[in-house]
Amino acid sequence: MPDRIRLQVARYRPELESEVTFDEYEVPCPKDWVVLDGLNHVKDRIDGTLAYRWSCRMGICGSCGMTVNGEPKLTCATFLADYAPGPVRVEPLRNFPVIRDLVVDIGDFMRKLVKVKPWIVRQAEKPLSEGEYLQTPEQMEEYQQFSMCINCMLCYAACPIYGLDPKFIGPAAIALAQRYNLDNRDEGAAERMEVLSEHEGIWGCTFVGECTKACPKNVDPAGAIQRYKLTAAVESMKSFFLPRGA
Amino acid sequence: MGDGHVDAAYHPRWLRPHVSTYWWLQKPSYLVFILREASCMFVAWFVLYLLWLIRAVAGGAPAYRQFLDWSATPWVLLLNAVTVVFVAFHAVTFFQAAPQAMVLHVGGRRVPTHLVLAGHYAAWVAASAVVCWLLTGA
Repeated sequence: MPDRIRLQVARYRPELESEVTFDEYEVPCPKDWVVLDGLNHVKDRIDGTLAYRWSCRMGICGSCGMTVNGEPKLTCATFLADYAPGPVRVEPLRNFPVIRDLVVDIGDFMRKLVKVKPWIVRQAEKPLSEGEYLQTPEQMEEYQQFSMCINCMLCYAACPIYGLDPKFIGPAAIALAQRYNLDNRDEGAAERMEVLSEHEGIWGCTFVGECTKACPKNVDPAGAIQRYKLTAAVESMKSFFLPRGA
Repeated sequence: MGDGHVDAAYHPRWLRPHVSTYWWLQKPSYLVFILREASCMFVAWFVLYLLWLIRAVAGGAPAYRQFLDWSATPWVLLLNAVTVVFVAFHAVTFFQAAPQAMVLHVGGRRVPTHLVLAGHYAAWVAASAVVCWLLTGA
């Protein structure tokens, strides 16, 4: 195993250039170093002007997502040694506007996320004196997979549909909507359906399936979307044949 | 986060990504996806072909003979050979995708995805066996 590896890092400094350029750095490559360690080495020892996001370094915060050798990855969970002898090409997440170097604007995702109300909606809260909302392990299992989403947006970077049509609400927002739709304590499914059943909602998805492959938490957003398509179709048929409800 | 905030949809200094027209050639999985989407045209062709066959059968022996002669022309043979490949590809990729969309419960327990997949293949084999029996045994 080589003791050093070359990083080719995308740079975009709007005050200097109008296109992405690449700077190359040589960094140590011990077997326990991830791509983020390499970037931190560059930032601390070689070039302090490099801009990128990171926080927890343990696959929880979802802020260090970047494109590594063409694939969307959490850089805190992507080992440099796996790319030996290199070079390792590090670029910003695809499909998002680049603010600087490896930092992208996530405002579009944040606005879409709020639209699907990713929290438990209750029509009426029960009084505290009645205790907590109990749930069986089977009821929790229904949504638990989708609750693993860490909002890292790798699925948006992997989705060609989002790249072609930025109005598409996107994989993570739909998976998180399903996380609450499938929660037996929630009563907000009808409110979410207004957003999800639009053309830019679930029907924008053509099931490429790349979101599920890219997800570092095995959330399976593609599965969530297809399941919701089935739900929306059944609800649509119900409203057609039973317009006054059943 | 209103539209007037710093994260507004447009900012003059942000670099906008451009998706190439040929994005589907950039990764093998994207190409497989596009081929899967294109396979629906071949499925449609088989439906049309079947409808023409029914019309020919209903038209009597001469019409049926004419249909068989037309079906034996090289370009129809080639088209049907390509169609068989694409329809099989369509079925396999559809079956692969089905367990993600179908969540079944039996006796309060979720049916494992490999059983959902196996059910689809079993139905395919059963339907093919019936067709074979109709063609050869009946």
